[in-house]
Amino acid sequence: MAESRPLAVSIGDLIDPSNFTHPVDVCDCDTEKLIEQLRMMLLIRYAEEQIGDWVTQDKARCPCHLGIGQEAVAVGVCSVLRSSDRVFGTHRSHSHYLATGGSVEALMAEVLGKVTGCSRGMGGSMHLISEETGFRGSVPIVGATIPLAVGAALAAKMDGNGDIAVAFFGDGAAEEGVLHESLNLAANYTLPVIFVCENNLFASHLHISLRQPAGSVSRYATAHCIRSEMVDGNDIVLVEEAIRREIDGVRSGQGPFFLEAVTYRWRGHVGPREDVDVGVKRNADLKIWKRRDPIRRLAEALEACGALTDSEYERLKAEVRQTIALATQKAEQADYPDARHLLDDVYYSRAASND
Amino acid sequence: MRAICSTMYTIPGLQAMTERMDYGEAILSAHRYLLSKYPNVFVIGQGLWSPWYVGSTMKDLDRDFGPERIIDSPISELATTGAAIGASICGYRPIVIHPRMDFMVLAADQMVNQAAKWSHMFGARAHAPVTIRGIINRGGEQGAQHSQALHAWYAHIPGLRVVTPATPRDARDLLIASVLCDDPVLYIDDRWLYHVEEDLPEIEEKDLTREGPLVVREGGDITLVGNGYTTYLCAQAAEELHTQGIECEVVDLRVINPIDYDTIVASVKKTKRLCAVDGGWENCGLAGEIIAGVMERISLSDLASSPTRLTLPSAPSPTSRPLEDAYYIKVEDIVQAVSQKLKVKS
Repeated sequence: MAESRPLAVSIGDLIDPSNFTHPVDVCDCDTEKLIEQLRMMLLIRYAEEQIGDWVTQDKARCPCHLGIGQEAVAVGVCSVLRSSDRVFGTHRSHSHYLATGGSVEALMAEVLGKVTGCSRGMGGSMHLISEETGFRGSVPIVGATIPLAVGAALAAKMDGNGDIAVAFFGDGAAEEGVLHESLNLAANYTLPVIFVCENNLFASHLHISLRQPAGSVSRYATAHCIRSEMVDGNDIVLVEEAIRREIDGVRSGQGPFFLEAVTYRWRGHVGPREDVDVGVKRNADLKIWKRRDPIRRLAEALEACGALTDSEYERLKAEVRQTIALATQKAEQADYPDARHLLDDVYYSRAASND
Repeated sequence: MRAICSTMYTIPGLQAMTERMDYGEAILSAHRYLLSKYPNVFVIGQGLWSPWYVGSTMKDLDRDFGPERIIDSPISELATTGAAIGASICGYRPIVIHPRMDFMVLAADQMVNQAAKWSHMFGARAHAPVTIRGIINRGGEQGAQHSQALHAWYAHIPGLRVVTPATPRDARDLLIASVLCDDPVLYIDDRWLYHVEEDLPEIEEKDLTREGPLVVREGGDITLVGNGYTTYLCAQAAEELHTQGIECEVVDLRVINPIDYDTIVASVKKTKRLCAVDGGWENCGLAGEIIAGVMERISLSDLASSPTRLTLPSAPSPTSRPLEDAYYIKVEDIVQAVSQKLKVKS
């Protein structure tokens, strides 16, 4: 039953930051779509940079976990999804929320705890939701949304519409027992769920080499008879292709798929600092990893093949910056939630009766 | 889904007219009703295809509704509970069954951190209408990890409704109300009540948000407050005390989170005495909570004596028979405590 794809690259190659710094291969790709993906990656990055600035300015007080450097995973995976699919995230999920099409204005407002936020200001950075685009929730308990995605997949299977669930999680979640239980359930019941592990090599301050005896997280999929693939998570084309190859099988009842996307977190565990001096010293690695920037690699590829000129790229960046500036301004000016939410939202039956 | 109606719904294989059934059969009839009427209800948990785990409460459901809706699961309390919650977020009304609530502790993250908070932390943009059925299955020398009544733990959590039916009628109708409720509900049934019989009227779809404590026996001398099995004990103790000329008013809590105090307070104001009886432990427990909740709402002059509580000794459940016999609250313990209380006062 296990049908592990022969690995094109080894985990050793992938975690060596001196590899894979070249522009991504965009031959045979729809360049218009790639430009939209580039726009989305820029949106995620600029939004997170703004959130980081807010933290520095003490305007954002909730814990903000930035995924700068990891944008290609969320955008590559979500490019293949539809809004009736069910996506679940983690503490570090601004990217997943935005990549499904979640409103950037509602994200920015949520981070500031404003009532115009995606969770009406009740969630903050770590509790994002955008049901209309398929983002069904993110939470900071590590691994906690993995079984929720499995249940959403069970529901999708019962619905019979070919919808699937996606669980985003990090390499740290692989150290939680719930991943093991969830993989077993998904494989045992042949559920339509895609597990996406963003292996950014760090759980909080601790490098994976100090937490696990092997660097590859997809070995857990193999143990549970789940097809898996490991890719360069900073290559959006490869991430999307990996999902695209498998998604029809998942939709049509062939069971779960596990993608391990190896990437790197530029900032620290929480907040805007790079944390080169917290826990494992990573200053040298970080410098090299920044050369594997998923945004630069896509932009250079598009420029090299003539799909995007210098001035078009500058205009694209300016447009996205303008979008973030507007969302920032609106969020700062928005109101905080009314006091009634404190108690009324505890029980949905009460909240619904007050709406 | 929340449509509340009291119309009768006839289910094949389930006699709808007034019928005598025991507590276990009442739970079974609630499952049958829900599975027949609501296609988005399914049941998942360990031992569902085996009477060894769930007694009579799931009999033949797998045969009648199929293994896709009666899902006997791997030994994964956390993931199965999480999966049910995930399905509930996506439009289903799952019932997760934990044949012993000791094992349900392994699912605590999904219950406490996820389901209970889903509405609040997402500003009521979403909700997790899951029903988690935790069974108290104690006695029989099963010992420390097969016997716990942890209802008070979970009743501490805002957002998680906790229901403890004491009668066959409540066992049936409150299970249905739990599943139809838009909030996550922990429904706790007690194997020591499975034999209790009652003539049940037709099924009534109740709005759980409107259900709370009920006076199940009227009396003027003291208010006994119980929940689940201890309500059953209190009712028997009241009967015994009646023969001694003491009239107890028995209040059955039914829903222990959130707690509606009106009925309890009205009763205590009438009887001027309160004894809370709970099958959990004393410290930070439900009996103390009831006493505190009542005391905040009355004046000292309303009381003829200080409140009392009866709980388990502060120790894990033993296995050895004489120790087990000493451990659990019995009818005579309540009788003795009450008569002592009234004697001291009179």
